[in-house]
Amino acid sequence: MSDLRDLYQEVILDHTKRPRNFRKLAGANRSAKGHNPLCGDRVTVYLNVEGGVVQDISFEGSGCAISTASASMMTESLRGKTQAEAEALFERFHGLVTGKPDESPETPELGKLEAFSGVREYPVRIKCATLAWHTLRAALENKETPVSTE
Amino acid sequence: MANALRGEGRFLRVVPINDKGELILEEYEKLLSPKTRLVAVNHVSNALGTVNPIRKIIELAHQQGIPVLVDGAQAIPHTRVDVRELDCDFYAFSGHKVYGPTGIGVLYGKAALLESMPPFQGGGDMISSVTFEKTTYNKIPYKFEAGTPNIAGVIGLGAAIDYLKSIDIEAVAFYEHGLLEYATDAISAVPGVRLIGTAREKAAVVSFVLDGVHPHDVGTILDQEGIAIRAGHHCAQPVMDRFGVPATVRASLALYNTREEIDTLASGLHKVSEVFH
Repeated sequence: MSDLRDLYQEVILDHTKRPRNFRKLAGANRSAKGHNPLCGDRVTVYLNVEGGVVQDISFEGSGCAISTASASMMTESLRGKTQAEAEALFERFHGLVTGKPDESPETPELGKLEAFSGVREYPVRIKCATLAWHTLRAALENKETPVSTE
Repeated sequence: MANALRGEGRFLRVVPINDKGELILEEYEKLLSPKTRLVAVNHVSNALGTVNPIRKIIELAHQQGIPVLVDGAQAIPHTRVDVRELDCDFYAFSGHKVYGPTGIGVLYGKAALLESMPPFQGGGDMISSVTFEKTTYNKIPYKFEAGTPNIAGVIGLGAAIDYLKSIDIEAVAFYEHGLLEYATDAISAVPGVRLIGTAREKAAVVSFVLDGVHPHDVGTILDQEGIAIRAGHHCAQPVMDRFGVPATVRASLALYNTREEIDTLASGLHKVSEVFH
């Protein structure tokens, strides 16, 4: 059994209690909604993409600690990234949280997001961590139908 | 349900509940009319634990000739149910709530009503003769049991029902009520807890929220303590909306639970508060 502190790391709890970029983004030119109907988590990701670069990003929604912190930290890590860099970060984050529990995660260039490595020990919580990221991807593609990780 | 009724000139009218999670019977009476085709009610609320006054509900509906369907999935394993005495027209329950298999259940219906109803599904066993001119349906219950049945499920459910019949359900109800009182006290003593569903008549379900912590996080932490609770909206989103919460933590107690487990649950909730504050 893993330690709860591996899942609920200080940085995650901090972002849960004080989510960053938690607002509707004035002047957003892309957005998408994410919803996990089984658990009720909801998130909307707003983007302002100019010249293929994420100039600004924010989110709104309600959910558990993992999904809120994941959305908050995602917004912090994406500002100034190109669309291709954002996609690449999505893949690395996805790999981090969905990897096999007994394999040590390889997380190049994930920085603070490595705090989510504990999620792989809790399969039912993976969808919480990835909801904002799937919603981000939909926003980048300007998809109109809400996404879900269930 | 609302979707199933839509477009057929049929509407769903909902009996409101009070702040304790009890159906408001005066409002229920007002909703009944000659246009009412069916009253559907759960015997015990899965989200709140409220035991609904189904005798009274059935009586009021029958005064106007309206049939009543009772969902008893949450009641059957915890209390004695006599469908004839209740005089309900339909009574349904599921296998997994009576310690039996999933994907199997029981629908009781009064014979006259079942005979008047068309089959909802076609397949083997539900017909007695077929020509191109006319199909004669088999008698009840076969008329409603099209195709190859869930044989293993039926046998498992039978074993579960045999087990339930072998124990003293009144004693079970008494024991579970003791657990409910103990759990209600232990859980409400945790700072920041708000109980959702405080009806006078309750089954052994304690649904609650913990201030500032999402039920799924509570669930993960309690799981580490060996306590399995249900976190979520319990497929009852309108009830969650009624209480202004996205989800609740729900401890469902049964005959196999102990007071020691409730103590572990309560200390686990203190641990949740430690992690989050």
